[in-house]
Amino acid sequence: MSTATKAAPPPTRARGDVRGARRLFVVRELGIALALVLLIAVTTVYNPRFLNAQSRKDLMLGATILVVLAVGQAIVVITRNVDLSVGSVLGLSAFATGKLFLAMPDTPIVLALLAGIGLGVLCGVVNGALIAIARVPALVVTLGTLYVFRGIDYSWAAGQQINAADMPSGFKRMGTQTLLGVPVLALFAVAVLLIAGFYMRSYRSGRQLYAIGSDPAAARLSGIPVGWRVFTAMTVSGGLAGLAGVLYAARFGTLDAAAGNGIELQVVAAVVVGGVAIFGGSGSVYGAALGALLLSMIGSALPVLRIDPFWQQAVVGALILAAIGLDRALTARIAARLRGRRARGA
Amino acid sequence: MRKRLGSWDVLVIVVLAIVVVVSSVAVEGFATSRFWGFLLLDVIPIALIALPMTLVVITGEIDLSVASVLGLSSAVMGQLWMSGVPLPLILPIILLLGMVLGAVNGLFVTGFGLPSLAVTIGTLALYRGLAYVVLGDKAVADFPFSWTGNMIEALPGTTVPWVALVVAVLAVIFGIVLHATPIGRALFAMGNNDQAATFSGISVAKTKFWLFVLTATIASLAGFFWTMRYASARADNGAGLELSVVAAVLLGGVSIFGGRGTLVGVMAGVLLLITLRNALQLADVPADTLTIVTGTLLIISVVGPNAAAMLRARLRRRRPAVSPAAGG
Repeated sequence: MSTATKAAPPPTRARGDVRGARRLFVVRELGIALALVLLIAVTTVYNPRFLNAQSRKDLMLGATILVVLAVGQAIVVITRNVDLSVGSVLGLSAFATGKLFLAMPDTPIVLALLAGIGLGVLCGVVNGALIAIARVPALVVTLGTLYVFRGIDYSWAAGQQINAADMPSGFKRMGTQTLLGVPVLALFAVAVLLIAGFYMRSYRSGRQLYAIGSDPAAARLSGIPVGWRVFTAMTVSGGLAGLAGVLYAARFGTLDAAAGNGIELQVVAAVVVGGVAIFGGSGSVYGAALGALLLSMIGSALPVLRIDPFWQQAVVGALILAAIGLDRALTARIAARLRGRRARGA
Repeated sequence: MRKRLGSWDVLVIVVLAIVVVVSSVAVEGFATSRFWGFLLLDVIPIALIALPMTLVVITGEIDLSVASVLGLSSAVMGQLWMSGVPLPLILPIILLLGMVLGAVNGLFVTGFGLPSLAVTIGTLALYRGLAYVVLGDKAVADFPFSWTGNMIEALPGTTVPWVALVVAVLAVIFGIVLHATPIGRALFAMGNNDQAATFSGISVAKTKFWLFVLTATIASLAGFFWTMRYASARADNGAGLELSVVAAVLLGGVSIFGGRGTLVGVMAGVLLLITLRNALQLADVPADTLTIVTGTLLIISVVGPNAAAMLRARLRRRRPAVSPAAGG
């Protein structure tokens, strides 16, 4: 280490590198934000009612669940793992919430929230333990638990459907109420995003997640408890999927075992579009949230633009390809610039 | 390492044999040739796509777009048939379409150097979306019986569908290529270490590109079979099948990190997955339990070998006196 400090480049250049790297993040998120603004602008010009109070609320509500899931997924993907089981965890937690209210209609909302999150955490612990202790790839483990959790959900539900009438009115109100024009549910998403963003940026353990994603072996050698951190990331993702399940129940009221079926691919797509590299180490939860916002916004904008809704999935697919392509081009350019600077300095 | 791999194949085959024997005794109707005919029809599309998928995963890549390629092929088939194109002409068009779709995957992965997981999640959405654009939520079902009936025709004197035989022949060819030719060795080399493979003269990018083309072409072929078997061209045909294929390949002992796996194991994995599913179904076990079984099998298939290896390592550490020089 001491020899490294002696040979280190002058501080000005180092700061330049850091600035370059930071600019890369900003450029990524700015690009998505720009796409988002452009989409809203075009759609609003085409049909001004796209942004009236009611549809603004619908847009925010629509994005809420995807944003919560995308934040959790981003944390996991940054560590070079992936959580494909989030859709199943959401379904399980949403159904559990319905069952809870069915059994005890007087359950306080806070308790329902905690129960949903707790169930999600439990699922996350299973995922995390299998990955960290048995040292097996997250892709396979969560592909397995995607089936297992959904299967448990189905056999528990056994064809039963829970209707909005079975939910207490206070809980349903949470799903529709607004605070200063912002839906209460969206506030959950904002809170989750800010807490996760602050943690990932300002805490040592948060930064270590990036280190793990960049190079797991190096992270392990430098004393980072890799297994423990990955375990925690999976648990957080599970907990957030559990929270998303409760929010889902509050928003839709009608629940069966199929809730959130297949949403995992949308979540991964949101994260990838949001500039989180699928092989870890870079990106941010803010980018992932923007990606989620963009994806759900496309879903609402297409019908307004009178584009056949059949195009939606194709557009999302093209967007993912464009996003990862752009990401690649940006990374390559920044890397080339850094190399050039270093060469000139030497 | 190689020895452990060999034992995994054997294990899957043994489990498959146990499932078959137990089901034959315990499940009424399982040991009939008619049931096996149906079972093989279920096996065909997954086994077909699992063949090239095995090669792709062994090189350390993945293709999640296969089911969407199947769906888009089916949708295009329906649209072409509606506009009066004869089936003998539709088949080559579909295969050509598959080649193009695979070339797009391959170009993004090898040409632009993007991770295949992200690329094929993108094309999974894109191709499925295009399938809906082509056919909407319509279903085209008026294919002639001379084709749809022929596709599920059994070999004379048996209940084995003739297509199963075609898949078996393909499996043998894939097995020989993978395990007994320089191409196969190159694939393993790529999965173990891309750079080392490059330095040893293997054109990694070109090989991977053609693997993606091959995978999508076979997925299109599976789409043709699927459409004929159910006599229905729909945009959502085969939705979610990619997870079953990947599950079967991993269950068969192929490492998700590449470089390890055998085709025999994968075929046993496919058979195990489908046999177990159909046997339980026949035994009136509800569908949700099947989902749990599939997931648990998949988890065991990755946790099992790792846990065994760790246990073995711990045991070895406990008696260092046997080989004092082996430390470090």
